[in-house]
Amino acid sequence: MTQAVDQVFVTLKHSAVFHSPTELQPAVSILLSIVPVLVVFPSLFAVTTILERKGLARIQNRYGPNRVGPFGFLQPLADGLKSLTKEDIVPASADKLVHFLAPLLLVMTAFLEYSILPIGRNMIVADLDSGVVFFFAVSAAMELSIFMAGWSSRNKYSLLGAMRAVAQMISYEAPLILSSVCVIMAAGSLSTVQIVEKQAGYSGIWPHWYVLTPWGFGGFALFMIAATAESNRSPFDLPEGESEIIAGYFTEYSGFKFALFFLGEYLGMFAITGLGITLFLGGWAAPFSFLTWVPSWIWFFAKLLVLIGVFIWIRGTLPRLRMDQLMNFAWKFMLPMALVVILSAGIWRFMPAGVLRWLVCAAPILAGYLFIGRILSGGQGLEKRIYRFAE
Amino acid sequence: MLGKGIAKGLAETARNFFGSFVAEERLTTVQFPDERLIQPEATRVFPFLVYDGADSEMGLRCVACKICEVECPPKCIYIDKSAGKKPDYAGKQQFFPDKFDIDVSVCMSCQICVEVCPFDAIKMDTAFELSTDDRFAGLMWPKERLARSNSYYHSIHPAEATEVDAQLAEKKAKAEAKPVAGAAAAR
Amino acid sequence: MNSPFFILAALTIFGASAAMTLRNMVHCTLALSICFIGIAGLYLNLGAQFLGLAQVLVYVGAVVILIVFAILLTRSGELPSPRPSRAVYGIIVAAPTFGILAWAMLTGATVPVQPQAHIDQIGRVMMHHYLLPLEIVGLLLTAALIGAVVIAMEEKQSTK
Repeated sequence: MTQAVDQVFVTLKHSAVFHSPTELQPAVSILLSIVPVLVVFPSLFAVTTILERKGLARIQNRYGPNRVGPFGFLQPLADGLKSLTKEDIVPASADKLVHFLAPLLLVMTAFLEYSILPIGRNMIVADLDSGVVFFFAVSAAMELSIFMAGWSSRNKYSLLGAMRAVAQMISYEAPLILSSVCVIMAAGSLSTVQIVEKQAGYSGIWPHWYVLTPWGFGGFALFMIAATAESNRSPFDLPEGESEIIAGYFTEYSGFKFALFFLGEYLGMFAITGLGITLFLGGWAAPFSFLTWVPSWIWFFAKLLVLIGVFIWIRGTLPRLRMDQLMNFAWKFMLPMALVVILSAGIWRFMPAGVLRWLVCAAPILAGYLFIGRILSGGQGLEKRIYRFAE
Repeated sequence: MLGKGIAKGLAETARNFFGSFVAEERLTTVQFPDERLIQPEATRVFPFLVYDGADSEMGLRCVACKICEVECPPKCIYIDKSAGKKPDYAGKQQFFPDKFDIDVSVCMSCQICVEVCPFDAIKMDTAFELSTDDRFAGLMWPKERLARSNSYYHSIHPAEATEVDAQLAEKKAKAEAKPVAGAAAAR
Repeated sequence: MNSPFFILAALTIFGASAAMTLRNMVHCTLALSICFIGIAGLYLNLGAQFLGLAQVLVYVGAVVILIVFAILLTRSGELPSPRPSRAVYGIIVAAPTFGILAWAMLTGATVPVQPQAHIDQIGRVMMHHYLLPLEIVGLLLTAALIGAVVIAMEEKQSTK
């Protein structure tokens, strides 16, 4: 019974393909894989916008939007209608073709990133042998679209924002990829399906998720920080919140193209979170062995929602980082820590299981964290501030 | 240690988030106009003219002395004194204003007119939802619009109104006692 | 030589020729990225998954962005229009190159349709047979990185 519910979408797709004429079967199969992605993730985007606004509001001692629909949950409809009906202004001196293509490229690459995420058991759009490399390749193309948006607006603030955004994204790609290398080393494969299947076992009630190892925990923390930076989310949203009036690289976009940028950015956030779940949190595997009766796709979306909640929490808490603080953090802290995590993962693989393995692998990570952190702050602690003229 | 401040910050925001569902002080929004904040008693917006009793013409306390018109800093009060007289609260014959206009687009709510009025005839109102679609005529309020009963004054400024009523009753008693004393002294 | 090959080849050639002929330098860069994606598609068409994806990751994700930064930071703007007399020298260089490459391709050895180049085999070969070239490439990249930092540091000190 639980197996049937777990595989309900797979069986639906197979029966639909079986019952369609032979010439159309490949097309029907491809469409039935792609259309659910195109439907589910934008609806998740709509839900996330309202959850984010209400969550941030509650953190800030206020209500969020609560006029449209029960508790404001139909607000995304109002926002969508508004952005659809706004006038689409293109600056007169803008590069028309590039200006038009930039949001399209962003949304296209964002959707492409979902094709290698295993959403449930046997539920993946494309089972590539090097799925993880595909993901990083497509997110590199996403950076290009942000540059196109900033350049084509012929606005020096947009250009500056785009340059900063691209610099931020390429700096954080290095720790992102290095922190996923440790998982690839442990799983021995670049295929996302294989990585999840390696994590789907249980010893007792505890799962084999990679986040429950010292190098996996460090790698997961680094991956999540780099993911926040890659999706230009607070506290790394300098490119888009620059002086809070000039919106950075999408200043000159209005109406539906602005909505497409937002959509692309949030979809990118979901995709990279989904990759983090696949690599570290066991993908669609249940957290405890007695919970495997819950369908696998529910676990994936539950983990995705929890991580989105964590993103919203961090957004409501931390102030924005300055550009030089951001770059220092990426190159001076995260990159060395990623290398230490890879070292630790390597040691883990060659030692026999036991407490000693835990201690030996956790030691370099803790030492690195403490010492690099101390070096980064320049040896000065934060003292209590003295306000000379206030007393 | 690196990250300690972030952890404390995250704990604080989590406490705020969960507290906003249970505690009053963690969700301080007052959803105007469905909910309203209680205004303090000394709230003031624009002036109004007090009348005693039920008749807004005969009970009007204003005697058209024009002190408020002179003292008003932006000069937004326009008074025309009447030709004849009418009895006031103590029965004495007094002038009354034929026209008493206040231009509320100019009025700066400084309350000087209230402070200088010797007859407690003009007081500050608390109503602020006053939008109109006529910029000039809609904001030049005539005497009919400005006159409000003493019971209305009690409802918006109870402590002040009670004090004013006590003072006026005292003055009335003194005024009534004087002719008696004068008659007694004359005898 | 199947139909995806022709489409991808056409895309690559279109991208490369657009990169040569467009006036605005940023348009040239974007056309060059189309050319790189076409080349990646050709690799994928031949079955070299890792190589194709690494092509996108390295070329489109790093090289194009490097070119873009170089354009932005030096602000060269529009290219000067090519004078006709210079085209002759270009043809003098390009024609023999094209001839040699065409001769090499048409008379060279044939390649198997499905190369067996899984990622772990690539890794093993790199670590066993090509270890020395790998280390030399690593040294080269480190030298480039240090050189960039030194140049930037000197500039910062000279502007102080």
